Amino acid sequence: MPVSFSQTADQYDVVVIGSGLGGLTSANRLAYCGYKVLLLEYHSQLGGLATWFKRKGHIFDVSLHGFPYGMVKTCKKYWNREIMNSIVQLKNIIFDNPQFQLKTTFDRVDFTEKLISYFKIPKTTIDAFFARVAGMNFYDDQSMTTRELFNEYFPGRSDVHRLLMEPISYANGSTLDDPAITYGIVFSNFMNKGVFTFEGGTDKLIKMMTVELEKCGVTICTNCKVDRIIVEQGKVKGVECRGKVIAAKSVVSNSGITNTIHNLAGRDAFSDTFMEKADKVRVNNSSCQVYIGIKEDEGFDDIGDLLFTSKAAEFSSTELCDLHTKSKTFSVYYPKTRPGHNRHTIVASMNANYKDWEAFSDEQYGQEKESLIQRTLLDLERYLPGAKEKIDWIEAATPRTFNRYTLHTRGTSFGTKFEGLDISRNIFKEVGGLFHVGSVGIIMSGWLGAINYGVIVSNDVDAYMRSND
Amino acid sequence: MTRDAIRDLILEIIEDIDEDADFDTLEADKPLRDQLDLDSMDFLDIVMELRKRHKLQIPEEDYPELATLDSCVNYLEPLLADA
Repeated sequence: MPVSFSQTADQYDVVVIGSGLGGLTSANRLAYCGYKVLLLEYHSQLGGLATWFKRKGHIFDVSLHGFPYGMVKTCKKYWNREIMNSIVQLKNIIFDNPQFQLKTTFDRVDFTEKLISYFKIPKTTIDAFFARVAGMNFYDDQSMTTRELFNEYFPGRSDVHRLLMEPISYANGSTLDDPAITYGIVFSNFMNKGVFTFEGGTDKLIKMMTVELEKCGVTICTNCKVDRIIVEQGKVKGVECRGKVIAAKSVVSNSGITNTIHNLAGRDAFSDTFMEKADKVRVNNSSCQVYIGIKEDEGFDDIGDLLFTSKAAEFSSTELCDLHTKSKTFSVYYPKTRPGHNRHTIVASMNANYKDWEAFSDEQYGQEKESLIQRTLLDLERYLPGAKEKIDWIEAATPRTFNRYTLHTRGTSFGTKFEGLDISRNIFKEVGGLFHVGSVGIIMSGWLGAINYGVIVSNDVDAYMRSND
Repeated sequence: MTRDAIRDLILEIIEDIDEDADFDTLEADKPLRDQLDLDSMDFLDIVMELRKRHKLQIPEEDYPELATLDSCVNYLEPLLADA
């Protein structure tokens, strides 16, 4: 369990700021390597955007919508077998839009079959496309965009583009104009074996991770907002939190990269050359969500696990983020999701822009939230007739909500665009002992991306600490 | 460390990463990645383990040297001469 801040020591080997999946994983790996680690979290709950909340007997998962099979190996290696064993497949992925309606297991075998029989694409083209994306690496040339990649293999086929792109836009906020490698790497991860989830929900995962962190000796404090990272003569000296200075040889910031630079270390800690690049980092879009709780005695039969729905004629990255977008996903949680907790819940997710929401007056904001809820209920009616009568809880979150709980710049749900990766990975070369972990570069996002990036950054920290011994 | 000892060390580390790894048919001059179910994260684990056990610092640009069992041994032999 988290301890009170008054119990923290004056000095640690490593202080981790923020407890998203990247921060948690870095803390765990570094403690496992033998370092004395302090984890400071601003919120009352650990997990960052991997979070949940309770209302009227319901538990709502904010970001548990499905991750790739790679999570199994990652959890086994960097957490434990118990965590790995809770990973189960989501088999019913549904697409419903004016161009096509289909049900798929979202893996290469089934996608190949659908592309042949439904979309009439020759198998040789499909195989070539899969081979192309499977061979992509993050350090490859990034001049080609996803749009260009799609046009090369499926010219003029906006329906195929939609099938391939829509789910990934919801998974990591990427658009047709982002580098094709950011699409290819994530898409290939999913196509490996399909979509998986964590049985028991986000609360169970974070609880299990907390137990593991304690076993490794990490000191955890919640409700602790770090005010600044102390940098002297180009090196990290520690952090200041609640008026107390805590010395550390390394600081791993799981606060967003923009927050880390501007609000924690401060611009002055960096060279002009570095800042010139850092100022060009674009944060990704944010999200809106509607959380729907079904009455305990209502329930419903299987309507699919993850529904990609849209009433827009064609797919467009701009339409997806529009204030009144006609596109949304429904993540459906059955009693099997949380064995022993006999409830059905539904979380509708939409991509959204912070700028569309930031300027609203309180009154306008309330109206727009209500209209978002009503639009969502209307859309849900198609898949769950009589939905309105079945529910006993509904509320909405907007980019402003995401910003308030995570402090992410402009409420970003998917970190930064591609250029953020380079800044994040090289920040310790600029300020000795300062590391960043968190969603960057589109590819290092999502649950799997965040955990793996936590491992990559721990490796950098370990190398730095040992070279300075 | 002898070449054989380095070879055993690498295999031991890989076995820790993946206990199902099958070394019987492993060809020392072919990429480990193609023969065993290893990905880029697994190679990072090898690097971290070598640092932990032998204080070896392997820079990122040298990671490709770890591609095959033979290239691992060739690369590590001078580095582990005194180990």
